[in-house]
Amino acid sequence: MTEENALSLHDAPTRSMNMIEAINDALDIMMARDPDIVILGEDVGYFGGVFRATAGLQKKYGRNRVFDSPINECGIVGAAVGMAAYGLRPVPEIQFADYIYPGLDQLVSEAARMRYRSAGEFTSPITIRSPFGGGIFGGQTHSQSPEAMFTHVAGLKTVIPATPHDAKGLLIAAIEDNDPVIFFEPKRIYNGPFDGYYDKPSRTWKGHPGSLVPEGYYKIPLGKARIVREGAALTVLSYGTMVHVAEAVLAEKGIDAEIIDLRTLVPLDMATVEKSVEKTGKCLVIHEATRTSGFGAELVTLVQERCFYHLEAPVERVTGFDTPYPHSLEWAYFPGPVRIGEAVDRLMKE
Amino acid sequence: MAEKTAPDTGRARGNLPPLELYVPEPRYRPGDVVDYSHLPVPPAGQLGRPDENCPASETWPMTTDMIRVLDEEARAVGPWNPGLDAETLRRMLRTMALTRAFDDRMYRGQRQGKTSFYMKCTGEEAISVAHAHALAHDDMVFPTYRQQGILISRGYPLVEMVNQIYSNRADKLKGRQLPVMYSAKDYGFFSISGNLATQYPQAVGWAMASAIKGDTRIATAFVGEGSSAEGDFHAAMTFAAVYNAPVVLNVVNNQWAISSFSGFAGAERTTFAARAAGYGIAGLRVDGNDALAVYAASRWAADRARANQGPTLIEHFTYRAEGHSTSDDPSAYRSAQEREEWPLGDPIMRLKKHLIALGEWSEAQQEAMDRELVEQVKVATKEAEKNGVLGHGLHHPFHTMFEDVFEELPWHLEEQAAQAIREREIKWPEWKGEGA
Repeated sequence: MTEENALSLHDAPTRSMNMIEAINDALDIMMARDPDIVILGEDVGYFGGVFRATAGLQKKYGRNRVFDSPINECGIVGAAVGMAAYGLRPVPEIQFADYIYPGLDQLVSEAARMRYRSAGEFTSPITIRSPFGGGIFGGQTHSQSPEAMFTHVAGLKTVIPATPHDAKGLLIAAIEDNDPVIFFEPKRIYNGPFDGYYDKPSRTWKGHPGSLVPEGYYKIPLGKARIVREGAALTVLSYGTMVHVAEAVLAEKGIDAEIIDLRTLVPLDMATVEKSVEKTGKCLVIHEATRTSGFGAELVTLVQERCFYHLEAPVERVTGFDTPYPHSLEWAYFPGPVRIGEAVDRLMKE
Repeated sequence: MAEKTAPDTGRARGNLPPLELYVPEPRYRPGDVVDYSHLPVPPAGQLGRPDENCPASETWPMTTDMIRVLDEEARAVGPWNPGLDAETLRRMLRTMALTRAFDDRMYRGQRQGKTSFYMKCTGEEAISVAHAHALAHDDMVFPTYRQQGILISRGYPLVEMVNQIYSNRADKLKGRQLPVMYSAKDYGFFSISGNLATQYPQAVGWAMASAIKGDTRIATAFVGEGSSAEGDFHAAMTFAAVYNAPVVLNVVNNQWAISSFSGFAGAERTTFAARAAGYGIAGLRVDGNDALAVYAASRWAADRARANQGPTLIEHFTYRAEGHSTSDDPSAYRSAQEREEWPLGDPIMRLKKHLIALGEWSEAQQEAMDRELVEQVKVATKEAEKNGVLGHGLHHPFHTMFEDVFEELPWHLEEQAAQAIREREIKWPEWKGEGA
């Protein structure tokens, strides 16, 4: 099922969920539908994961399908590659994206190239779920946004949801996808959207339109961006937590911006991006990850290559700084309303 | 070497000795006279054979000893003698000899410019061939690049191997992989990576999946002693132990990892098989040039795994008789005498002598067989050459370069494919290759 034939989706009864509940719901639905799905990872079994994403699943589906793993990401990903070669559809959890690096060789050299190097004899239909991003006082080992390391690899898909509704539909699509998918969950917005004002009380998802999650099975196709808000003055390209920050800043400034949540970085929905930039003539790229060789560099280049004659101003990018993610100075690092606001002002002056 | 003149670190050391870094050095370098008297070679038939269902700890004494079946008179002796019939022994001998004949021809093919690269397994034929004979035909093998003997044992067509080595238009892997990095799912032979030891945790994962599904198939995996130093080895051993996975983990200790001797993987401190004890799994150390010992140990471990008694680590002690690959010249770093003096002999000669001692074979039959095998390989090679050799235009269509990156081609790869084809029209206007 795709969005095109999702008419019934709009009629499906919905429930207000936070992002963890939506992810748990997606995993539950898929495990019930497909006996080949297994979940492994640190603390995912009896305990249900440090963020509770797999809560209740071991009890429901048994220890053979949901189980704790040794603290060894190379082993988690490597075993998943072997399980997938057997014919299973593993959905491993890497507890924090910051911990994924010991598994990198198994992802980059093995899972990503299995279909190619074996000419389709073996495939790696694996979805790696991993919380990523900062804004939770996680310090430099619980806050990173390493998505560009994965978008750089031929053969990996990279997906990042920004709402509970999207998290469920994208995760189901990722699990059903026959290629390896890196599914980064922005942990700052697990429990509620975030407008970038760290000093204001945090909100829950209750009442946010993105928290209305249809019951049952539905998919959001990978490679399809979401237009969060239509507008004519400026195109904003973002994903994950920063979608919400951008939305708040531009609303506050009263700018009629078109805000695009990319949802999937590879494959990228460039058609939606081009259409928007051709309309607005201005483009702002925002991500939380470090700046140099970040995914923003790719976005800026693509917009420049494909929309140059429509541009009325240089494309701007707002990112985290090229430092490790600091602990005490987290909010100085975070690309919040001030940094975004300055870039918007520069763009709107042109 | 300047002795004990403490380097000036600017830091007071009192009466403590300066710390010394130990960097291993092999016993023999080019030109050295080789003496293997330091190498313990226990007599064949001495070690007891525990039940396959024994506690892992019962095997640990064997991890620092060596399971040997063929004695100096080429008789099969002791409790590890697998008691194979003459027909099976002849089949193993023939497959080992075929593997060697194939290696020799492909090595020459590389020297003649028909391909870029080749890797022989000379001296190690018993390990892959006897191991393959000890498995069920559908057990899954996660090999390195030196287990071509398994593929040949399982009857994979030689011509397909040559097509892969030539990267020609009939290559089932579409010319994407370095020569010898085969993939043969229908023959239970996993895609060879080229990144070392990555297949080890994958084999454990495959075995876990087989157990999750209540299957009866087991997995077996190979690494060299050199790449047992990789973190993947530890990951695999830990996962295998934790989940009691039905897997056989083989370390082929052929003494050399390109130019690094086994000391750089820790061989001076203990054996590779002894690592099993640290993980609490069964371990066996076997004379890798003794086909019967390899068969017996492999069968023991496979039966143990199949009976839900968990994983086994097997060290196959052998010698890499040739260079690492066609890109390597071992005369630059080791003594040529090492091969000549190797105390465990040549695996093919040892099995041949055993069959002759049994009265089931003769030198004349061996010579006839060798001639026949050379011819068999030649026929396969000629057949493959009809589909081209590397660099002679008979490739797969350009568009296949972009296929199988993903199940479906995304827009950016379609654009890049169009670019590649445009470039082809400029670079090779005479191109008559099939398709785009």
